[in-house]
Amino acid sequence: MSQTAEREPAVWTRGLAKNYDEVEAVRGIDFEVAPGEIFGFLGPNGAGKTTTIAMLCTLARPTGGEARVAGFDVMLERDEVRRNIGLVFQDPTLDGYLTAEENLRFHADLYGVPRGLARERMQIVLEMVGLWERRDSIVNTYSGGMRRRLEIARGLLHSPRVLFLDEPTIGLDPQTRSSIWAYIRELKAREEITIFLTTHYMDEAEYCDRIAIMDQGQIVVLDTPESLKASVGRDRVQIKTDDDDAAIAALRERFDIEAVMAEGQVTLSVPEGEQFVPRLFAELGVPILGVSVSRPSLDDVFMSYTGTTIRDAEGSVVDQQRAMHAMMGRRH
Amino acid sequence: MASEHAITSTGAPHKVARVRVPGAGVRSDLRAIRVVWHREIIRFSRDRARMITALVQPILFLFVLGTGLSRLASSGTHGVNLRTFVYPGVLALAVLFTAMFSAASIVWDREFGFLREMLVAPVSRGAIVIGKCLGGATVAGFQGVIMIAIAGLVSVPYSPVMILEVLILQLLLAFALTAFGVMMAASMSQMQSFMALMQMVIMPLFFISGALFPVAGLPTWLAVLNRVDPITYAVDPIRRAVFAHLDISQVARETLAPGVTWWGWHLPGIFEAALVAMMGFGLLSIAIVRFSRTE
Repeated sequence: MSQTAEREPAVWTRGLAKNYDEVEAVRGIDFEVAPGEIFGFLGPNGAGKTTTIAMLCTLARPTGGEARVAGFDVMLERDEVRRNIGLVFQDPTLDGYLTAEENLRFHADLYGVPRGLARERMQIVLEMVGLWERRDSIVNTYSGGMRRRLEIARGLLHSPRVLFLDEPTIGLDPQTRSSIWAYIRELKAREEITIFLTTHYMDEAEYCDRIAIMDQGQIVVLDTPESLKASVGRDRVQIKTDDDDAAIAALRERFDIEAVMAEGQVTLSVPEGEQFVPRLFAELGVPILGVSVSRPSLDDVFMSYTGTTIRDAEGSVVDQQRAMHAMMGRRH
Repeated sequence: MASEHAITSTGAPHKVARVRVPGAGVRSDLRAIRVVWHREIIRFSRDRARMITALVQPILFLFVLGTGLSRLASSGTHGVNLRTFVYPGVLALAVLFTAMFSAASIVWDREFGFLREMLVAPVSRGAIVIGKCLGGATVAGFQGVIMIAIAGLVSVPYSPVMILEVLILQLLLAFALTAFGVMMAASMSQMQSFMALMQMVIMPLFFISGALFPVAGLPTWLAVLNRVDPITYAVDPIRRAVFAHLDISQVARETLAPGVTWWGWHLPGIFEAALVAMMGFGLLSIAIVRFSRTE
C-alpha cells in the first residue's frame, strides 16, 4: 500500500446527495473520516444513514456530489472501492444452509483471497469473534448474536481498509451488544482499519472517536462525543426537598432559574453544576434532602441539535414531517 | 480537524495476515462463476427433500400418467406403450421443474439477503448470473441422469448414442430454462409472485410443447402455438433421439415422433438444438443486463 494512500482520508464526501423520486433521502453532506478512526453516524431511522452507507459502498448511485472511499471514487472506481471495504449490513446476508466456514470460503473465493492465506485469515477472524470452534456448524443453528459476529468476521476476511457496520447491534440483547463492541474495539487495536458505523443507540455512540448527528438527510453536527457534550454546556442538577413548590419559587426569586419537576425531583440546568451546588445549599432557604449533578449525555446533545429526542424522532412519517416543520423555526 | 482525532497507527498489527485482494479481470470473473456454481451444488446435495423429489417425481409422472392414459389411447399408439411415448415429455417436465427451482433460488437469495453479499463483491454481475445458470443447469442435468437411468423401466434401450444426445439436449434445455427463470427473477423480490409467474408461464409452455402428444396433424391454432413455444424445440429432438432407438414399426415412429415442421420443412434435430442454445444465450444476456441495472 502506498504512503499517499495511507494518509488520504478513509472516507471523503462533498455535497453527497441521493433522491428517490421526490424524496430527498440525503441532502448534500460533507465530511471526512481519518484512517484508523471509529466514526459513528447517529440518527433516528429514516435520517439517511443507511442511504449514505449504501452510496459509500457503491450499492446506490449518488444523485449529487462526490465521495471517495479508501482513496477511490465510489462512482468511477467501483470495483476498487469494493475490494477495499468490508460490509456488515443491517439485515442478515449469510447463507443459512451453509456452515460458517463455507460462508467464509465463499466470500474469500469471491474476493479472490489466495487459498493458503484465506485459511490463515479465516482462523484469525473466527477466533477473534469466538466462533472458531463452531466453524463446521450450519449457520441456521446459530443465534442472532453469533450470526452478527460471523458477519463481522466475514467482513474482515479480505483485510478491508474501511469496515462499514450498519446498525451492528440492532435487535440484539444488551449482553451481546456489549460483546460486539468488545470485538469492534479489539479490532481497532489489532488491525489497521477504519470503522464507519451507524447506530441509533446513544450509549454506543460514546465508543466512537467522532460522531456525526444526522437528521432529515443532513449532518447537523460532527465532533467528538466529549466536545459535543461540552458544547451543550449545561449540567443537570436534581434536588430532593421537603417542599418542592417552595424550592421552585425560591429558585426563581433568588437565582433567576426556571426549575421543573422531572422524575419526582426538582430539576434545573446550570452551566457549572458542581460549583453551583454549594451556593444552592447556602442560599435556597428550603431544606435539601438530596442532590445529584449529571453531565450532559448524548441524548441532551441530540435534543439540543435536533429539538427532539431520538426516540420521539423515530415516529411515523407523519410525525417526521411534523418534526420537520417544528424544526424549521429552531435556532442553532 | 480530522487528523487531530486520527489514531496514530503504531505500525505493529500483531502479525495479522494481511490480504491483498487481486484486481478485476477474466480470472476473477471465472473464479466468481465457479464459487456461485459450487454453492448451488453444495446446497442441492444437502437438500434431502429436493433429492428425493428429483427421484420420485418423474417415476410418478411416468407411471401414473403413462399407465392411466394408455387405457384410453392404446388403439392410436401402434402397439407402443404410452409410458414409452410420454417418457421424453416427462424427462422435459422433470428438467423444467428442477430448473424452475434453481432459478427461484435467486429470489430466495434476495429475500434472505445473501444476494447482497454477492452483488457487493468486486466481480461482475454477469459472472454471478452465469454461475447461477450453470448451477441450475448442473442440478437439472443431475435430474436428467436419473431419468436416463430409469429409461429401461419403460422399455427404452440404453444406447450410448441416445444417452449422449439426450444428455446434451436436456442440459441445453435446463440451461435455457434456468436463464429464463433468472431473467424473470431479476425484478422479483417475493417468492410467491415468482412462483405464481412461473406457473402462469411455464405450465402452458409445457403443455403446448407437445411433451404429451405428437406434434403432427394438430388443428391450426394449436399447431401455431406449438411452433411458437420454445420448449417444443427441446422436447422434439429428445423424443426423436429416443424413438430412433426403439424397436418399433416405421408407421408407429412416423405417427408418434413426426418431428416439427415449418411450412412443410422438417427441422433437423441439430437445428432445433441450436435454436434452444441461442434462446438460452439470449435469455442469459437479458438476465445479465437486468441484474447489472439493479442497485
